[in-house]
Amino acid sequence: MQRSLSIDPDKCTGCLQCEMACSFENEGVFNPAKSRIKVFTFHEEGRFVPYTCTQCDEAWCMQACPVDAIKMNFQTGAMEVSEQVCVGCKVCTIACPFGTVNYNRDTGKVIKCDLCGGDPACATACPTQAITYVDSDATGLEKMRAWAGKTDNAQHAAS
Amino acid sequence: MAWAKKVLRVNLNDGNISSEPLNMEWAAQYIGQRGLATRYLVEETDPTCDPLGPDNKLIMATGPLTGTAASTGGRYSVITKSPLTGAVACSNSGGFFGAELKSAGWDMIIFEGKSPNPVWLNIVDDKAELCSAEGIWGQSVWEADKAIHRITGDPQTRIAAVGRSAEAGCLYSAVINDLHRAAGRSGVGTVMASKNVKAVAVRGTRGVGNIKDPKRFMQSVAEQKVVLAENAVTGQGLPALGTQVLMNVINEIGALPTNNMQQTQFEGAHNISGEAMLEPRKSDGKPNLTTNAACFGCTIACGRISTIDPSHYSIQDKPQYQQNSGGLEYEAAWAMGADTGVDDLDAVTFANFVCNEDGMDPISFGATVAAAMELFEAGAITTEETGGMELRFGSAEALTWCAEKTGTGDGFGKDLGLGSKKLCEKYGHPEFSMTVKGQEFPAYDPRGIQGMGLTYATSNRGACHLRSYTVASEVLGIPEKTDPAVTDGKAGLVKAFQDATAAVDSMGLCVFTTFAWSLDNMAPQMDAACEGDWTVERLLEAGERIWNLERDYNMKAGLTGSDDNLPERLLKEASKAAPTEGQVCNLHEMLPEYYQLRGWTDEGQLTDEVRQKFSLPG
Ligand code: SF4
Repeated sequence: MQRSLSIDPDKCTGCLQCEMACSFENEGVFNPAKSRIKVFTFHEEGRFVPYTCTQCDEAWCMQACPVDAIKMNFQTGAMEVSEQVCVGCKVCTIACPFGTVNYNRDTGKVIKCDLCGGDPACATACPTQAITYVDSDATGLEKMRAWAGKTDNAQHAAS
Repeated sequence: MAWAKKVLRVNLNDGNISSEPLNMEWAAQYIGQRGLATRYLVEETDPTCDPLGPDNKLIMATGPLTGTAASTGGRYSVITKSPLTGAVACSNSGGFFGAELKSAGWDMIIFEGKSPNPVWLNIVDDKAELCSAEGIWGQSVWEADKAIHRITGDPQTRIAAVGRSAEAGCLYSAVINDLHRAAGRSGVGTVMASKNVKAVAVRGTRGVGNIKDPKRFMQSVAEQKVVLAENAVTGQGLPALGTQVLMNVINEIGALPTNNMQQTQFEGAHNISGEAMLEPRKSDGKPNLTTNAACFGCTIACGRISTIDPSHYSIQDKPQYQQNSGGLEYEAAWAMGADTGVDDLDAVTFANFVCNEDGMDPISFGATVAAAMELFEAGAITTEETGGMELRFGSAEALTWCAEKTGTGDGFGKDLGLGSKKLCEKYGHPEFSMTVKGQEFPAYDPRGIQGMGLTYATSNRGACHLRSYTVASEVLGIPEKTDPAVTDGKAGLVKAFQDATAAVDSMGLCVFTTFAWSLDNMAPQMDAACEGDWTVERLLEAGERIWNLERDYNMKAGLTGSDDNLPERLLKEASKAAPTEGQVCNLHEMLPEYYQLRGWTDEGQLTDEVRQKFSLPG
């Protein structure tokens, strides 16, 4: 089964546990500045939104890379950057419409979410299940269930 | 490890900024944050100095777990000598500023001297520079935050600032970080403003590493997160209702101080409770509470993000309040609500917004308004002094008016900025001041909860609930239930809470974890992260050392055992509310035993034995 990250901003409290887990997993330090997932705070609206790569099948970053440093991991479906091959040209950061590929000035390479090889640290760390790792074929299932619950047939039946 | 091992020293007299290694010998004894910064304060300042003079120093300090994944590990404290109490001040705050400072590679910042002109400090990783605050001085915290973000051009910059109240000399001004998180108590913001420092901005991109045993640390963090999630208070009560979960609970047991602590139950309590914050309002169908919010790394998320009813009188033509901002916590809702007799949720929320906007401690502010109301009703303050406003208990208009006046230090706001003690002295009724060591009480009446009486009386920073939160035991039964009406055993309870809390603060964790965690849950995280062996015993010993160090500072600053006292009202005027009827606080049944357990003299002075035991400095 292939799985995807599923994000529910309504459940996010802005704690940044995901950013710490991500940077720790990938860089060995607790450092939100180096996290591949980011939580954005819209203070005046009272909203927190986690955001990261959704692993497009026909990934713009992969198409754009002139040295073929970005390849799909067929096990996880993640687009992975090969550190050995990446030349740090940043074309992929321009190509990605969502901004989820970023340059790391410490290494001179780009970084992006690789689903931690199939066990994403952010989803494990999230205390509210705002970030979950679910069956790719059913990414909308929970949302459907929630909306289904709001239909009013039960009330009609009762009245 | 886990410590960044670096101190940023900012000499404001000559603008010199330097970096120095953290004193690791002290860190081994005092952990970090509250404890370690107090050790620096003791070493470097004269406890008799003028708190608002250039000889006082102001320290912003993180703990070893600040900036790590340990749940709630995002906290920092501001340590200095308090202008409100003349005692040591240590005000703890969450949000994101502390973790950002650590991530920039600093354990603490020490400000010394006084800048000739208003400045703000800009830190980007290991670079720090003082910038002119011309144009920013005179602005609210919210405006300054915007202005500085415009200058740094980086939305990720985290900012701690003082507001106009601090500039105007209000004695209980806070340092506000991340717009609505406060190092709130004892006037630490007033000290910052006295040094002509408007704000500290920090961007840290280096992160926190150097974890002693990363694998063990992550495992321990994961396990302890589960403990928080499965606990009824930290897993359900606090996320759902915030600290406001307490309003109805404390009112029901007859321990909710009301109308400047004249009563112990408030009729309007429900209207300003956490439950009321969830009720949809008539005007726009939305509840007061928009969402809960977490501080850095916190898996509890007790923070409140709220709006005011758009039709409420307080915010007409005031766009800055017509959006979400930091909502009511229990202490703030109590001080500005029950203690002033105001049960208008929107008015209290408005006053809370103003406290954030202009950097006042909502507890001291609310309690001072309550004192002013009693003075007014007694005829000691009249409309002549207020310029027409009638300061009556229960008046929402009076409350919101007072907030705006104090925020800017305008007119009668200057008097309100004196705090309850000096205000009541000024108007000839010192007995109306509900304070210990000059600091206003928080939201638990010691007539109904005896341990809190001893907590307030002996707290090293004046009346404060966060130094030994015996409410946990006496009301909530954590870690075990004790009878709030009895004094037996409370001396030991208070001491145990005081020592443990000093350790919790000093690690960089939030005291709210202690509803679910004891030091048994924290020591493994501390030990996996930090060099040296960190056992529960060692943490407790460090906590007790810190407590004694703070006490020693206060004694040297001129306080005595006679300052470990409560206002007559709480000792003599019995509670009239049914659940606690007839009760006073029997402080003097507890205090001698407490001194004994501390190993102090009958007058509350430290002994040579205690000094030696904890290797306290000179
Ligand atoms: S429990 Fe509340 S105050 Fe403490 S760190 Fe979490 S959100 Fe912040």
